Amino acid sequence: MQFPILSVIVLAPILIGMIILLIPKERKNEVRVTALAAATLALLLSTWVYFGYNQAVGGYQFVEQYDWLPRLGISYFVAVDGMNAPLVLLTGIVMFTGVLISWGLDDRPREFFAFLFILASGVFGVFVAQDLFMLFFFYEIAVFPMYLLIAIWGWIKTREYAAMKLTLYLFIGSVISLVGGLAMYFKAGMGTFDMLALARYDFPSEFQVFWFPFVFFGFAILGGIFPFHNWSPDGHVAAPTAVSMFHAGVLMKLGAFAALRVGIMLLPEGAKYWQPLIMGLATVNVVYGAFIAMVQTDFKYVIGFSSVSHMGLVMLGFSTLTPEGLTGAGIQMFSHGVMTALFFAVVGMVYDRAHTREINELGGFSKKMPWVAIAFIIGGLVSMGMPGLSGFVAEFPIFMGVWKVAPLVAIIAAISIVITAAYIIRIIGKVFFGAMPEQFEHHISDVTALDKVALVLLCGIMIAIGVYPMIMSPLVASGVEHILSLVGGA
Amino acid sequence: MFIESFEPSMLVAILPEIALLLLAGIVVACDAIWKPDQKRWLGWITAGGLMAVLVLSLLVARPGDEARLLFGGMLRNDWFAFAFKLLFLFGAAVTALFAIDVKEIGQKGEFYALMLVSTLGMNLMASAADIIMLYLAIETTSIPLYILAGFMTRDEKSTEAGFKYLLFGAATSTIMLYGFSLLYGFSGTTNLYMLAEGFYSADFPILAEIGSFILVIIGFGFKISAVPLHFWAPDVYEGAPTPITGFLSTASKAAGFAVLLRVILAVFTPIVASDWASVLATMAVLTMTVGNLLALAQKNIKRMLAFSSIAHAGYILIGVVALSQLGVASMVFYLVAYLITNLAAFGAVVIFWQVTGSDEIASYAGLSRRSPGLALAMMVAFLSLAGMPPLAGFVAKVFVFAAAVQADYIWLAVVGVLNSIIGLYYYLTVLKVIYLFRSEDEEKPFTVSRPNQIALTVLTIGIVLVGTLFGPWYNLAEKIAGTILGSS
Repeated sequence: MQFPILSVIVLAPILIGMIILLIPKERKNEVRVTALAAATLALLLSTWVYFGYNQAVGGYQFVEQYDWLPRLGISYFVAVDGMNAPLVLLTGIVMFTGVLISWGLDDRPREFFAFLFILASGVFGVFVAQDLFMLFFFYEIAVFPMYLLIAIWGWIKTREYAAMKLTLYLFIGSVISLVGGLAMYFKAGMGTFDMLALARYDFPSEFQVFWFPFVFFGFAILGGIFPFHNWSPDGHVAAPTAVSMFHAGVLMKLGAFAALRVGIMLLPEGAKYWQPLIMGLATVNVVYGAFIAMVQTDFKYVIGFSSVSHMGLVMLGFSTLTPEGLTGAGIQMFSHGVMTALFFAVVGMVYDRAHTREINELGGFSKKMPWVAIAFIIGGLVSMGMPGLSGFVAEFPIFMGVWKVAPLVAIIAAISIVITAAYIIRIIGKVFFGAMPEQFEHHISDVTALDKVALVLLCGIMIAIGVYPMIMSPLVASGVEHILSLVGGA
Repeated sequence: MFIESFEPSMLVAILPEIALLLLAGIVVACDAIWKPDQKRWLGWITAGGLMAVLVLSLLVARPGDEARLLFGGMLRNDWFAFAFKLLFLFGAAVTALFAIDVKEIGQKGEFYALMLVSTLGMNLMASAADIIMLYLAIETTSIPLYILAGFMTRDEKSTEAGFKYLLFGAATSTIMLYGFSLLYGFSGTTNLYMLAEGFYSADFPILAEIGSFILVIIGFGFKISAVPLHFWAPDVYEGAPTPITGFLSTASKAAGFAVLLRVILAVFTPIVASDWASVLATMAVLTMTVGNLLALAQKNIKRMLAFSSIAHAGYILIGVVALSQLGVASMVFYLVAYLITNLAAFGAVVIFWQVTGSDEIASYAGLSRRSPGLALAMMVAFLSLAGMPPLAGFVAKVFVFAAAVQADYIWLAVVGVLNSIIGLYYYLTVLKVIYLFRSEDEEKPFTVSRPNQIALTVLTIGIVLVGTLFGPWYNLAEKIAGTILGSS
């Protein structure tokens, strides 16, 4: 039997989280070291999966399937294809950098890392799940630790409100989709939750048209789709740094990914029927999110709304149902995940030192924290879709796909690139350059070595993909091809 | 079905009941002989004895695959009854462990003896196949519970609880008995499995059939605290000694569901299968919605859990509405999950009360710093109640909703999931107080006694095990469901 690498990736974090809880609470350093070791392990294993995936062979690899409840056709069924391999890697990266950045956390680090790892297990589980029941199971595991992470360690002013809002939004979404999932299960009548089998089943058109919105929007809430995006900026802002990174970087992808896997893949005709609506809403996301980001005065809210805008691009890519659009969306999920993790890391580093996030009160930070400034500029360029960086590799195919389907939408959506440039440049100018206000002059110190490692890692990945897209594009394209062959479209 | 008259080998089938009676006798005897400082062992004896009975039943008293009507049709020996018996024995054992260190009740022999007699009644409820036997079993269960609810005689709330429970219980039990008399009158037999034949064959007005259905349902609805028969529950739950509240809300409720299922499946399937399923569906919707909405406003944790337990009865009723194999199996599964989860929740409340003397939710502030272990156990229990994986409550809810979707009651499933969102809100509110709020008492020591530790650890692990390795449990639930489904 081959080494059950995906199971280790999925289950190790939650088990290590439990072990961390057993460490006496005074031993904070042991807790941190254990957490870092676990995160390193996750990063290494997910890198292994990513590069070990054999594109020439394609399809599902690293497959593991065990009976869970055979009587109802529930199995523990994990595998990676071109679509989810990058997302597994992304989760590994964000988990690793998140732990690095949270090194200085002093309030109950034991519980913090334990909950963070339960969350990570849930996320890994959803990404690799090929069984619908298993997907819901892990999806909800990923929802609830979020509540405690934000409510306990979040920003004191809004954390209770934001945490509750976020949890309820996501829970509503997931249970609504759950009913849709059960409807599919019984409609197909094959007595299996295997998504591959369900994808091959030809659901009647009316059924698909009726259930698609429930399933798709139920998940897309977590992807931040307009008008259900409201929880997301509040949640991002209230969350502690590592959790914001996880949240915007990985969790929103979870929603988008599940909307694709369960919504579009299993109910393709429904997707075609609702395509104009999704495309319209996604365009609103893209443009409206960017505009709102521009008028924010709080650094973290800018990034929060930029996530709404960028996730709109992912949804836009999905809505094209073309190979280009879906491939772009797949890469965008990865690229945005890394980029936004970097952004939130930077915001956290600035806030920890300045204790304010008002853009107008900040300034001149590049002198004290050059690494952070450079990292933010790189991230900013990615966010604008600058060629040579991962953002371009992702956004260009999305616009190509949209152009093929609806040229007008492509033009409208492209406005967002300009606005993005405007708000990013504004932040770079105000926060990192210009004169530093008096009160910061003497007590702002540079970031720690661990923080730098995280920043370099995140920037390096974005540059690598931008310079050499071949390490990701063909892989995602192969995954998209697989999905499109299942839905029989394009 | 063939009714067997008495022969000695049948005694094996009621071995758990005989052992329970013996155990009750031993407890009373020890209570009389022992000196006051030895009486702490009473709880241990009860808990250990119950576990021994449980193991003994598993080893010796397992029913065959073929269900049998024993003692002239008084009892039906099947897996359904057997599984519920084990559940009651387990629930009673855990309750005894939680009771040991509670002042005023923990060291009194009569407390444990009454609890054992009540458990005996529940066992008979689960296996009764004759309406007279059924009525006797229900009363054997209820009368000790009335006393137990009012056990703390120096506490006004407790005496009020006992009396209120008695009045409501007596009233609904009379109504139910009237329903039973109609059943007998129309069919000429008291045996549940013979009843249906005479009941439907003759040309009785449909009103009479439905009338007796409603009267009987009122009696059972009280036991499971379904709306609109729930009014007693919050006050009784709040006033009764907390271990008994836990027992009432789990074992006693499970017993109610057991008889509800058996009677409906044996007698009322035709009525439910016609239009009356929608009445039961309405009852389910009302029960979960009222329970959840009222739970939102509670400041006292026992009252909150009381309303939450009403809401859970609503979820379980969904399975009755579906009345399919999946429906019944999901109910059995739900009851198992709910029993261990709610016992853990009330157990944590008992422990907290022993240390602080308070049941107010606000007083739980800072608990995660004071006693991380207890806080974690409460988190597991509450998230399981909210239906979060990887805990028992999640799978249970999915199965119940699946049964609704399968029976084409999609709206019912949607109402169910929306309700579970309201539920999540108030469970999270408690967790917020535990984990987020600070309190001045944080530095004060917090000790959890040995029996409580054991009980809570077992339950917490159980919640996780049922929630993750649900395969064997579900298969068992389905087997159990099969033994009462195909019989009518």
